Amino acid sequence: MKFLPYAVAASLAVAACSLAVSAAEITGAGATFPFPIYARWAESYNQETKNRLNYQSIGSSGGIRQIRAKTVDFGATDAPLKGEELEKDGLVQFPVVMGGVVPVYNLQGVASGQLKLTGAVLADIFNGKITKWNDAQIAQANQGVKLPDAAITPVYRSDGSGTTSVFTTYLAQVSEPWKSGPGAGASVQWPIGQGGKGNEGVAALVKQVPNSIGYVEYAYAKQNQIPVAQLQNKNGKFVGPEAKAFQAAAAGADWKSAPGYGVSLTNQPGDEAWPITAPTFILVPKNPEKPEQVAEALKFFDWSFTKGDQMAIELDYVPLPGQVKDLVRATWQSELKDKSGQPLFKK
Amino acid sequence: MVALSQKLLVTSMDKPSRRSPPFSFDQVFRLASLASALLVLTVLAGIIGAMIYGGLPAFRQFGLGFITSSVWDVQRDQYGAWVAIVGTLTSALIAVVIGVPLSLGIAIFLTQLCPPWLKRPVATTIELLAAVPSIIYGMWGLFVFAPLFAKFVQVPVSSIVEGLPVFGTILYARTPSGVGVLTAGIILAIMIIPFIASITRDILDQIPPVLRESAYGIGCTTWEVVRHVLLPQAGVSIIGAIMLGLGRALGETMAVTFVIGNANRLSPSLFDPGSTIASRIANEFNEAIGLQLNALMALGCILFLVTFAVLILARLLVARARVK
Repeated sequence: MKFLPYAVAASLAVAACSLAVSAAEITGAGATFPFPIYARWAESYNQETKNRLNYQSIGSSGGIRQIRAKTVDFGATDAPLKGEELEKDGLVQFPVVMGGVVPVYNLQGVASGQLKLTGAVLADIFNGKITKWNDAQIAQANQGVKLPDAAITPVYRSDGSGTTSVFTTYLAQVSEPWKSGPGAGASVQWPIGQGGKGNEGVAALVKQVPNSIGYVEYAYAKQNQIPVAQLQNKNGKFVGPEAKAFQAAAAGADWKSAPGYGVSLTNQPGDEAWPITAPTFILVPKNPEKPEQVAEALKFFDWSFTKGDQMAIELDYVPLPGQVKDLVRATWQSELKDKSGQPLFKK
Repeated sequence: MVALSQKLLVTSMDKPSRRSPPFSFDQVFRLASLASALLVLTVLAGIIGAMIYGGLPAFRQFGLGFITSSVWDVQRDQYGAWVAIVGTLTSALIAVVIGVPLSLGIAIFLTQLCPPWLKRPVATTIELLAAVPSIIYGMWGLFVFAPLFAKFVQVPVSSIVEGLPVFGTILYARTPSGVGVLTAGIILAIMIIPFIASITRDILDQIPPVLRESAYGIGCTTWEVVRHVLLPQAGVSIIGAIMLGLGRALGETMAVTFVIGNANRLSPSLFDPGSTIASRIANEFNEAIGLQLNALMALGCILFLVTFAVLILARLLVARARVK
């Protein structure tokens, strides 16, 4: 809800400078998850450069459709496209900012951070295999925590979303039955539980239903002060969701291993790494029809990389590590050229 | 009055008719109104055409199984509409069962029993209900109504009926979360009440007072007047009003999406979560690609068919009642 003022301010800023004719206007469309930070960056960028960013948060697959149809300068998606898809559509993909997904719960007498879960247990809860809170598998990791003899109600996102995609990707990595059962994707067939629309819908249900467990974006859980669980990461350590845990996940990743930086940051090694972390991506055409527009978009993201970290942290996003930003900039220089072969991005 | 209008008619006919110019205003007006009427038809045909075209791949892939299957698995591209169809019909039916008696009560009170000073405020309030955007009903339903409903209805009712035959299944909440098919039905009932109530009120108002007064004159009670004089007179039109409300309940999207629980499972309990055609489309359309998008379009076609069927049924009922 605190994003609203920024969105309003951004649109006001956009309206205010529509008088300035010479300023560039960049258009983008796609993922809803990074919309608040893009709007915030756009507002500051506009104040500094008079250039405007018009970003429509229509959903990741909408963003992919729009950039394929070349109706926008860049598309934005939470789930990365695979190498062959990028190749086929002539697109270049790069990450911009990261976020985390956290399990939230409603258990009387169990405060935030007290509940510890392993990935396999979390998957079994959402798969309907662990049905009671005092199940031996949950109790094992929670010595000293009084867990009720009550049925667990899982709560999931009913709308197709990047959050669900990240969460189920993680569950599929840590649980074989989940992988062969519901699987990973923006919406899956949940065997049990209730669906809420959007982060706010999930949060409302978790708050209302005793003994429930759900998952929301980190920023949402933090701002609404919903109890969050600790998770066991790949190194076997229990960690809580916080900025340094997300950064640890990003630092441990091999970003160059996948085309278009399409790495999964879920279940990354590292003692401090939060296991459900994910970057959000931007797509631009490799041989753009309007190279000057793509160049403007790159300038905007370069500016965001340089000056936008603090704004991202304020909105509970996680900035990319410095070396990843340099990798992305190098990609811009080597892969994005105009018709005469000159790189679109100049340092 | 009659004499006056006849006189007017005669005088206007006496006047020599003016020669009409080559493009008279009348002609232009006729064309303009014809165009408006055709525009609606074209748009409707376009929408239906686009939906059928979009849904065709799904119908082709699954055939009749698309309607009878209750699987909806995006990961494996398997789609069936049965759960959503059942959810749509059930929630709309609950809305009508709750909403119609209340609406009739409101209309009868307003036209027959209400003291004049109260008439205006109550009528205005009912009409204002119709102006509330559906997303507001959804938010209110999820954040305000659902917790209260869980605490004061689901929990006590479940503990009473637990173990009983039939009621122990239909009205038993395994997880009293406040959302579910019944909650959606109740919210829908609140949403359709203003439509049914205000149309019924207009109809009752149009019944000539002389009928009512004669009935009272021969010593009928208020109940007898309403039951045996007013309702039979207005019956056909009231059915029309109910069908209008039902049509709205079938297609309502946002409010239902918030409070129905969005689970693709058939459950015998009305307290359990379900989904409707419209809520499924609202949930998944944003991120749908490929066959999933086709399946959602096909769902839209089915909703069209269901709504049409309801409208046709309404027409038949009305026609039948007229014959009687």
